[in-house]
Amino acid sequence: MTEFHAAVVIGAGHAGLAASHFLTEASVDHVVLERGEVANSWRRERWESLRLLTPNWQSRLPGLPYEGQDPDGYLTVPEVTALIERFAKVSQAPVRTNTAVTSVRRAGDGYHVTTSDGDINCQAVVIATGACNRPVVPGLAEGIPAGVQQVTPFSYRDPGQLPDGGVLVVGASATGVQLAAEIRRSGRPVKLAVGEHVRLPRTYRGRDVLWWMDASGVWDQRYDEVDDLTRARRLPSPQLAGTPGRATLDLNALAALGIELVGRWTTVRAGRALFSGGLRNVFSLADLKMNRLLAAFDEWATASGRDADVGPPERFEPTRVPASPRWQLDLGSGEITTVVWATGFRPDYEWLDVPVVDPKGNLRHEGGMVEDSPGLYALGLPVLRRRKSTFIYGIEDDAREVIDCLVRYLGKPPA
Amino acid sequence: MTEVVNGVNVEALLGAREVLKGAPEAAQFTWKATSTWNNGVHTTIKLQNYFGLGEEQSHKQESVFEADHPEVFAATDVGITPIEYLLVGLASCLSAGVASVAENRGIKLNSVQASLEGHHDIRGILGADSDVRNGFNDIKVTFHIDADASKEDIEALVAQSQKRSAVFDALTNPTEVTVEVA
Repeated sequence: MTEFHAAVVIGAGHAGLAASHFLTEASVDHVVLERGEVANSWRRERWESLRLLTPNWQSRLPGLPYEGQDPDGYLTVPEVTALIERFAKVSQAPVRTNTAVTSVRRAGDGYHVTTSDGDINCQAVVIATGACNRPVVPGLAEGIPAGVQQVTPFSYRDPGQLPDGGVLVVGASATGVQLAAEIRRSGRPVKLAVGEHVRLPRTYRGRDVLWWMDASGVWDQRYDEVDDLTRARRLPSPQLAGTPGRATLDLNALAALGIELVGRWTTVRAGRALFSGGLRNVFSLADLKMNRLLAAFDEWATASGRDADVGPPERFEPTRVPASPRWQLDLGSGEITTVVWATGFRPDYEWLDVPVVDPKGNLRHEGGMVEDSPGLYALGLPVLRRRKSTFIYGIEDDAREVIDCLVRYLGKPPA
Repeated sequence: MTEVVNGVNVEALLGAREVLKGAPEAAQFTWKATSTWNNGVHTTIKLQNYFGLGEEQSHKQESVFEADHPEVFAATDVGITPIEYLLVGLASCLSAGVASVAENRGIKLNSVQASLEGHHDIRGILGADSDVRNGFNDIKVTFHIDADASKEDIEALVAQSQKRSAVFDALTNPTEVTVEVA
């Protein structure tokens, strides 16, 4: 007879383990299926120098507060892996490692889960497989000459693996600015292709900018309160790096390192990369949005009587526009030998045999309740229920609420 | 529900956005122009019909444009130079964007003026120097906006209008252009 559990959680990262924590708390029989090891993507899909964007005091999980000595620091990848492993142990999650889910389909009132190690029937499924399963590489990559090496954040480890010569980093999210800075510091000439981006200072009025996001309530803003949810869910990650010196890594900082800023890479024509002439405007949009956010922080500090706890208000220099940004680059000239794609990530639902994925490859869900598929839930996606949903400490509120819905669903008599 | 302050029917635009989200085929428009060469470097261009929302459409009236070259080019100068039409398109597109975004944000505009400069090295089109491009080297647009809003809010209007401008996109990003002889 096929194995049965009330619930199956797919993925043993922080989101799946948080789901398990609340399922255990509600005494719901479940298993957590993991294709590799606990915190698998942290072990295998991250570059060497990466640290979390969020300060350590935010590296807390349900039942696991931060108790280290460096609340303002940022965890390295091995430290994140260790944190998630400890969470799995402390919460005694019923994890089955090296068990890849190859199919989930509806079966009666529940779901049939096929794995590399047998089948499971269940009433409810929690998808906690993450939002960053595949690096996105735009179609224009096909027009790049074979002599130029291409790497993604999944294949990139450190600058030493790249051939000598110039590097074009594409995309100015957290990934793009971090890799551009690191590769530039290795001595290589670096160009960064910049489209719409999110500029943030690392610290504001003496506090980590993510302290402000948390304290002022921005990160608690719910998905049903956000003006344009589609846009909020597609927003690139902010230009932040978690470094011991808490340095700001905006485009002015990159230009000061000698990185050449160019417009969004639009196409390859006759062996030349063509960049958008709209660079000034993406700078303006990002500067305006940052200033609006900082003004909102200032208003909050005054209204909540916190002005005395923080430094005086600051405003930062507008993003400096290069005198005449280049709009083309001969890809065959040898000026660059490597392209680094920092053009985002997408989830992978190839194994999901339930018609709940939209034409753009995203799960259709309402705050983690998958649409038109009772008993199917999701966790750990951008702005799932709040702006903080994808951050380590953002999972607790989301997981509590989603699992609460799941438990109520299990308690209902079948329709 | 909201008072229209600048004469842009934003609710209709937002309504269209919602409808077309689920009907991409209806969103496919084709803008059409026909031109007739007159004499010298003088051409007349007429526009009236276009395709959109799944069927042939027509402007209320035909528009006729004369394009020529100035006397310093030894031409008859009965109309503006073709490349100046790009400034016409850019100015009108960005201004329409400013008005629409202002309407959506409840900002009353008192006046919107723009000065445009397209910097052009004509050695390119003359074939005098093969390293010089034919088109503009760059374009500078300066908006003068009087509105009941802060300087930052006005800058945000102009930034957002560029973000959603068809002509700004067409000028700043490459477009596949096919020219054939029928």
